[in-house]
Amino acid sequence: MNKVKKEILSGNEAIARGFADAGGRFAASYPGTPATEALEELCRLPGIHAEWSINEKAALEAAIGGSLSGLRSMASMKHVGVNVAADPLMTASYTGVNAGLVLMAADDPGMFSSQNEQDTRHFARMAKIPCLEPSDSQEAMDFTRLALELSEQFDTPVILRTTTRISHSRSVVTFLSGERKVTKRKPDFLAADSGVLQINIPKYVMLPGYAGKRHVVIEKRLAKLQEWAESTEINKIIGSESPKPVHRRRLGIITSGVSFQYAREAFPEAAMLKLGMTWPLPERMIKEFAKGVKSLAVVEELDPFIEDAVRAMGVRVDWGKNVLPLTGEFTAGMVFEAISRRRESSPKTPAAGIPERPPNLCPGCSHRGLFVALSKLKTFVSGDIGCYTLGALEPFSAIHSVLCMGASVTIAHGISAGLKLRGIKRKPVAVIGDSTFLHSGITGLINLAYNGGDAIVVIMNNDTTGMTGGQEHPGTGRNAGGEKAPRMDIMGLCRACGLRVREIDTFDLKGLEALFREEMAAPGPVVLVSNQPCALRYRLAGRPLEIDAEKCTGCLKCLKAGCIGLKIAPVDGRRRVSVDRLVCNGCGICAQLCKAGAFREILA
Amino acid sequence: MTGGDIVIAGVGGQGILLVGRAIAEAAMAEGFDVKQSEAHGMARRGGSVVSHVRFGGKVFSPTIEPGACDLLIGFEPTEALRNIHFLKEGGKLVCNTRKISAPAVSGSIVVKQPPDIETALNARPGTLLIDGYCMAAKAGSPRAVNLVLLGAAARFLPIPSSRLEAIIKKSFSGKTLEINLIAFRMGRGLRK
Repeated sequence: MNKVKKEILSGNEAIARGFADAGGRFAASYPGTPATEALEELCRLPGIHAEWSINEKAALEAAIGGSLSGLRSMASMKHVGVNVAADPLMTASYTGVNAGLVLMAADDPGMFSSQNEQDTRHFARMAKIPCLEPSDSQEAMDFTRLALELSEQFDTPVILRTTTRISHSRSVVTFLSGERKVTKRKPDFLAADSGVLQINIPKYVMLPGYAGKRHVVIEKRLAKLQEWAESTEINKIIGSESPKPVHRRRLGIITSGVSFQYAREAFPEAAMLKLGMTWPLPERMIKEFAKGVKSLAVVEELDPFIEDAVRAMGVRVDWGKNVLPLTGEFTAGMVFEAISRRRESSPKTPAAGIPERPPNLCPGCSHRGLFVALSKLKTFVSGDIGCYTLGALEPFSAIHSVLCMGASVTIAHGISAGLKLRGIKRKPVAVIGDSTFLHSGITGLINLAYNGGDAIVVIMNNDTTGMTGGQEHPGTGRNAGGEKAPRMDIMGLCRACGLRVREIDTFDLKGLEALFREEMAAPGPVVLVSNQPCALRYRLAGRPLEIDAEKCTGCLKCLKAGCIGLKIAPVDGRRRVSVDRLVCNGCGICAQLCKAGAFREILA
Repeated sequence: MTGGDIVIAGVGGQGILLVGRAIAEAAMAEGFDVKQSEAHGMARRGGSVVSHVRFGGKVFSPTIEPGACDLLIGFEPTEALRNIHFLKEGGKLVCNTRKISAPAVSGSIVVKQPPDIETALNARPGTLLIDGYCMAAKAGSPRAVNLVLLGAAARFLPIPSSRLEAIIKKSFSGKTLEINLIAFRMGRGLRK
């Protein structure tokens, strides 16, 4: 008898469990919201090699190696990570796999924590590989297994695409323990007796001559996958169990992923074609479905990926991106209003005038002092991806560009060259964190050193990957499982590029400002490294401060520290600042901004 | 009630996600289908946090529509007000009275804290305002404020309190469990 066990899991947890349950053994990732927890969960499961790779390209290539070694493998990342991994992805499609290979990519409609809203499904089409889209945690688990099986059956990498609402929503998952067996596939790469990896040069060496032959194979594979799409149970028509036949229904909806949930809630009576695989698409099934309904809607967040393909089949789409937005997340209500063309008489919106709680640097954050100093420096500061992106916000306004991982260094290099050509003597500054620096800042730094860039590069080494919740990286000296690992010497690495390197203390405002004045005038590039650890990750706290209300003049200069521990509280009808002692970390940046000397440590 | 749509709102660090998860676990144990949506990502310490919990025969969307929520649990009055449009007509509100001020400065503008939120919240019928921190302190630790609020909200849930207690017992041990159980029962025992 099989025991049925139920658990509430997030989509990411379910993917990790599905991977482990299907015999997955090698997992690599780079942290990125909303994908991070898939690898974090895999670190907790036994018998799996789970690693934080240096970046997404390394993660995918390592997973390709894992697959070649005969182990079911997965690389997981956020949507923009796929850009970094695109190089190996496009050609891994040509070579195919040995054991199953899944690329889990998490899109972020609504940009809860991302720099853009790109739609990963385009990558599946470009690479000519399948794309599966789960619509809840149960499917996240089941589709991960299916993706591995599909990968082996068709000799292809498979993209498992989620969105934030799939990765971070929690729903019920049913486990049938004891029933499921790992579907074993004899690794064709292992020679029968010796256990030595077999060589297959025409399949795995993508010289033009071999690649040309593989391209033909890949086009045939795509045609076979399209045929598979017509019959797989993950592409299904829902609503046909009702006594009314589908063709009598007025509205038919083609949808996938979390959009299916919104559409089903908005139109419980509609006929639905739910696509579990959104590339390649089942053309016959779609045409048949469209014939059976009076009007056809395609409901999908972000780009009209399915819709464009359906139109290209010559099928009329009545409701799609003509009524639904290309940007942001959907809700069931939004889908209903868009397709029914009905608006609620009194839309319910949040009350006006409620003060926001914008994201903030934590109390005690080592970045705060840097941004206070940079806000006084009259030069262009290119930023990067991480907590320090918040330096762009008021009261600092000290970051002037943020593009993608690692771009701070290369953009500063380009600006410095541009300013030099225009005869302007001013150094740009780049600000980048330790994890981001190792991800792709180092390549830019080598480029800057080699090509004569003249910028101040600040590396905020806080010994963690902060924004995603505090993951390890080569600079922390611990691996994903928390075990000891060789520790990358970041300052030594910068010196090896041939650059001058200085350590800075971001909690000493005067010293920091003097150092910036000096370096702005000094010839040649320099790397400034702060080695103050993340206050949140390492729970660092000093004694809280308080304000002597007698001395406070109400000038509010301390608020330039941009700290949530500071409050404005009137004393005897006059404006005064006070410190919330439950929040204050005692870092002292606000006290250094105070000209009146009103701050003091709370005496025990 | 054949299910429930519950919004839990507050400030990062108040233990909101735990309450959402406890309700979800208890609802599943009662045989409901459950979906839950949480705000992650840039919401760090001090940011607004919202958790949606839905349970019923079959739940589709992981998020709750404005005007459809049965119960709003506010951990902080400003955050309750920010999410009050989710409540349906006749929906219940359980709210902690202790304010956590928003940052003093937003941009270059000094932020005025809204005046009397409590009056605005109390104007709704079916509102239960409680000083959760004070009660949690009496239970043994102000950090147990989330369990006080869960206890106070339990009366509006179609889930027996014993189910919720079982989940609490599974999640904690030792002294913390003891304090959390006292806090939960204090909240549940409140009279309006």
